[in-house]
Amino acid sequence: MKIDFEHLQSAHCENGVTTNLLRSVGVNKITEPLSFGIGSGIFFVYIPFLKINKGPAIAFRTMPGLIFKRTCKSLGIPVVRKKFSSKEQAEKFLEECLEAGHAVGCQVGVYYLTYFPKEYRFHFNAHNIIVYGREDDQYMISDPVMENVTTLSRYELERVRFAKGALAPRGQLYYPKQNTMVTDEQMRAAIKHGIKKTVNDMLGIPFNIAGVKGIAGTGKKIKKWRDQLGQQKAGLYLAQLVRMQEEIGTGGGGFRYIYGAFLQEAHAYLPNDELLEISKIFTQSGDLWRNAAVQAAGIYKGRIGSQHDFDVMGDQLLEISEVEKKAFQALSRVKWPQ
Amino acid sequence: MKKEEIPQDDGALNKLTREVVYALDGNGKYVTELSTGWNVKATALDVAWKDIEERVAAARQKVINKEASPLLYFMELRLMDIAIVSAYTGFWKWTIKRHMKPAIFDKLSENKLQQYATAFNISIADLKTMTVYED
Repeated sequence: MKIDFEHLQSAHCENGVTTNLLRSVGVNKITEPLSFGIGSGIFFVYIPFLKINKGPAIAFRTMPGLIFKRTCKSLGIPVVRKKFSSKEQAEKFLEECLEAGHAVGCQVGVYYLTYFPKEYRFHFNAHNIIVYGREDDQYMISDPVMENVTTLSRYELERVRFAKGALAPRGQLYYPKQNTMVTDEQMRAAIKHGIKKTVNDMLGIPFNIAGVKGIAGTGKKIKKWRDQLGQQKAGLYLAQLVRMQEEIGTGGGGFRYIYGAFLQEAHAYLPNDELLEISKIFTQSGDLWRNAAVQAAGIYKGRIGSQHDFDVMGDQLLEISEVEKKAFQALSRVKWPQ
Repeated sequence: MKKEEIPQDDGALNKLTREVVYALDGNGKYVTELSTGWNVKATALDVAWKDIEERVAAARQKVINKEASPLLYFMELRLMDIAIVSAYTGFWKWTIKRHMKPAIFDKLSENKLQQYATAFNISIADLKTMTVYED
């Protein structure tokens, strides 16, 4: 049992699953940057009091699951989404989907994801893969961050679908219900809607936790880390920040480059040249994030580490906050062609 | 970032796949390119693993000193925290904290030990003796 399915590699797993699943039901206009932009994927948040792997909880993207949900909703595509309390039910439903010819997205934990290198196997439960067939005991797997498709045995797939802990997948699977035609007009409306939502998220959330204010707030915190945490722990915190920013999935520069690519693609549907100019600001922001990562690496490698070095990094984030504020304000003022 | 500036360093992910990076071509248009890694983030991952190794070694010493039961060691080794151990075993968090005391751990039933052994993917004998067979 194998579904005709095209595996396209992407930077981020959820963008990739969204893009590949939508293409599998005939939405050929969709690309990774468009999924990411329409789904309002770009974000920044530093959640205080919450720790991930004993380090700060920082994200450069929106909550897991939302990109698929929002993109399908904006394009008017009905979605089937199910969670299971029983492993048998979960496998039975998956089999039925495959029999009916649906490639399905599955939320999985990476700790027991056997094909991942050991260094990457943390208890992170919001990875997304597509199952597109089964041959005997082996499920055919398209993991969008990989160059090629792979397989998982029944037991291996069950284990990752029922990983435990924060954001436990509980066997969750999802797919677009039926083949769909998406018009250019729908694309335009979805792009505008995605941009508006992103502007609100990045500019409109009060307190120094999320959006551009969150970036500035994090910059100010970093300046205090050396005194508050000590050199070693501060280095760990910075390393965690860099991993969230640059690890597989971000496309580089904390998703800022993917967003720049989105605005260029949006321009093809909504030809207002301001979009191209604003795209350049996101490129600049991505570059600044990467410079900040180089500074952070100097500290966690132990090459530098004075208070001045922490101040430099903090100021880099303050500058990024200003640059992104300018970009999102410009986006909020864009006049859409009629 | 320009296409030519994409780092092609070594990294742990490289064993599995190259990753997609977005960058600008000569005309300022975004394109995707594959990258083998970037040393800045490879070191960030090294820093995280060095910390884990230190925590595992510290936990092992605590068990040897009879300050903790082997549950602490395997929790650290499996990169878990009490909440994750609780999710995999079904025990309450406070129960697990109690079981981390050596005197109480020593009196646990086979049944309870098996729940921990399953969660850590080991045998009961290895759980008790802190034995690990791996790569």
